[in-house]
Order: sequence, then structure tokens, then C-alpha cells
Amino acid sequence: MKHILKIMGLLVAISAIWIGLIETSVIPRSFTWLLPVYLIVSLGCYGLLMVGVGLMLFPTCPQEAVLLQKDIREAREFLKDKGVDVGSD
Amino acid sequence: MKEQLKQEEKNKYSIIIPTYNERLNIALIIYLVFKHLRDVDFEVIVVDDGSPDGTQDIVRQLQHVYGEDRILLRARPKKLGLGTAYFHGLKYASGNFVIIMDADLSHHPKYIPSFIRKQMETGASIVTGTRYVRGGGVHGWNLMRKLTSRGANVLAQTLLWPGVSDLTGSFRLYRKSVLEDVISSCVSKGYVFQMEMIVRASRKGYHIEEVPISFVDRVFGSSKLGGSEIIEYLKGLLYLMLTT
Repeated sequence: MKHILKIMGLLVAISAIWIGLIETSVIPRSFTWLLPVYLIVSLGCYGLLMVGVGLMLFPTCPQEAVLLQKDIREAREFLKDKGVDVGSD
Repeated sequence: MKEQLKQEEKNKYSIIIPTYNERLNIALIIYLVFKHLRDVDFEVIVVDDGSPDGTQDIVRQLQHVYGEDRILLRARPKKLGLGTAYFHGLKYASGNFVIIMDADLSHHPKYIPSFIRKQMETGASIVTGTRYVRGGGVHGWNLMRKLTSRGANVLAQTLLWPGVSDLTGSFRLYRKSVLEDVISSCVSKGYVFQMEMIVRASRKGYHIEEVPISFVDRVFGSSKLGGSEIIEYLKGLLYLMLTT
């Protein structure tokens, strides 16, 4: 099934619940009308939270840069020996 | 243990490296590949898009050192795009597994054994490198770059439910038959192409595993991430949302 259909299915299900809540008046009407807005705002906040948390916990590897320089020196020595042109940049 | 060793003997890995003006880096990359894959049956396929800086001459010099049967130079006349470069390289691949990676040293060949090991342990069809989990990581990105990367990732996860943590990564191992199947249904360009590959593979139900990799950004040269790139990315996301 195409992904977009899954998303639409989810939206239809949420809409059905929302309309159901409006019709049956289990929750006060004024509140129910605003539910979609609350939902979108919470979704936005959740997204921002995920971005923020991810940014804080972003894995970095400064030691890899050092190791890479070491590897480059090693490679240049070996290849220069074998006659491959690894001249300066 | 003996079973695994027998498996290793039967598997051959074709490493496809697209290049454009990577005269310096291609030699370093190939040295590191040979250094870290001593007990593995593999070949390197360099797909060069007519680099004006003499990349192909360097590859020929490397062929003298390592052998023309281990390093295949399959060049093209001009820049024709990443997706078609893989497609082109695939034609000459004699292995049953294909590894794709970048030539600019952001992908370190020392991770290739962990890709191979992961695939053998799990029987996966695709093993993709991820920079975003513990054990992996990025170096050389400023705060803005990290922010856009993280934001793009959260957006893609929310909209696409892809099942992998790093969608735009291009350091991957594919079972050759799987790569052939997926690549034929992809039409995007650039890094959206990488996204399309992994999302389509996920939709088709292929077993995908991840290994952490480190990504050191652009030792030689520079790369930019501008406003047009962001637009391209959003367009790519929308396309993938609607067509996969």
C-alpha cells in the first residue's frame, strides 16, 4: 500500500473520532472544536523537542579527524614509495 | 565458525566509488580499502565522470600497484549524476554484494568490515551506515549544519516512517540483486536519490540493518548547504511521500 494512503487512513480515523466527539457531546462542544488545533500545536512542539534533543545529543567524533590525518600520512608514504603521484594539495 | 569462514570465501564484494575531481582522495581511499580488507574477496570499481584534474591517471597508477583485476576503471565522458554512476558501475560488478561509498574521505573504509559482519550475522539485504546513533558521529559540522541535518531528519521520520535513522547516507552495502531491483525504480538525483533508494527498499520489505559510522566532513575541498538545497530536499520529501 502506498505510504500516502496510510497517512490518509490515519487522518480519516482521527477525523472520525473528532466528529464522533462533536456529535455525542461527551466533551463540551467548545473544547471539541479546538481539539484539532491542540493536536497540531502539540505535534509541532513534539517535533521541535525532538530537534532540540537530537541537537544536544548529536554524536560527534573529533578523534576521528585526528585518526584520519594519521591514515592520510600513512597512505601518502606508502603510495609515494610505489610511484603513485600523491603531490601536495 | 567454519560455516562463516566458508561463507566469506564464497562472497565477493564490489565497491563502487563514483568520482569527480578526486585526484588526491581516490589514491588515499584505495590504499585504505586494501589495508582494511585483507581477508576479503573484493574489487573496486571507480566510475569517473571525465574529471579534468587527472583522477583517471591516478587510478591507472594505482592499477599498477594493486592490479587491474582488483581496480576497475569504468569512466564516463562527463558528469552524468550519482544514480546513473551506480547503475553504470553495477554493470561491471562481479561480486554478489555491492558497497557504495563516497570518494572524498568522509566515508572511511575501516567501517567496511563491520558492514560485512553485520550482513553475515543478520542475513540482511541492505546494511546502511548511520551517523546519528551512538558509536557513530560527525566531525566538521557547525551548529547550523547540525540543526538543518537534525531538522531534516525529524521531518523525514515524521512524514515517511522510513525505518532507518540516516536517510541521506551514502555508505551502504547491498546484496547485488537487491540493488539492481531498487535502483531500477528510482528516478531522483543527488542525495534525494539516496533517500529514495532506502525508502523504496523499505517499502518493498527488504531486510535493512544499520551500523554506526563516523563522518569526517571534507578534508580536502569544501561543501555547501544553501537555500536551494533545502528547497530540493522538501520537494524530494513530498515526492517520496506521494509515490512510495
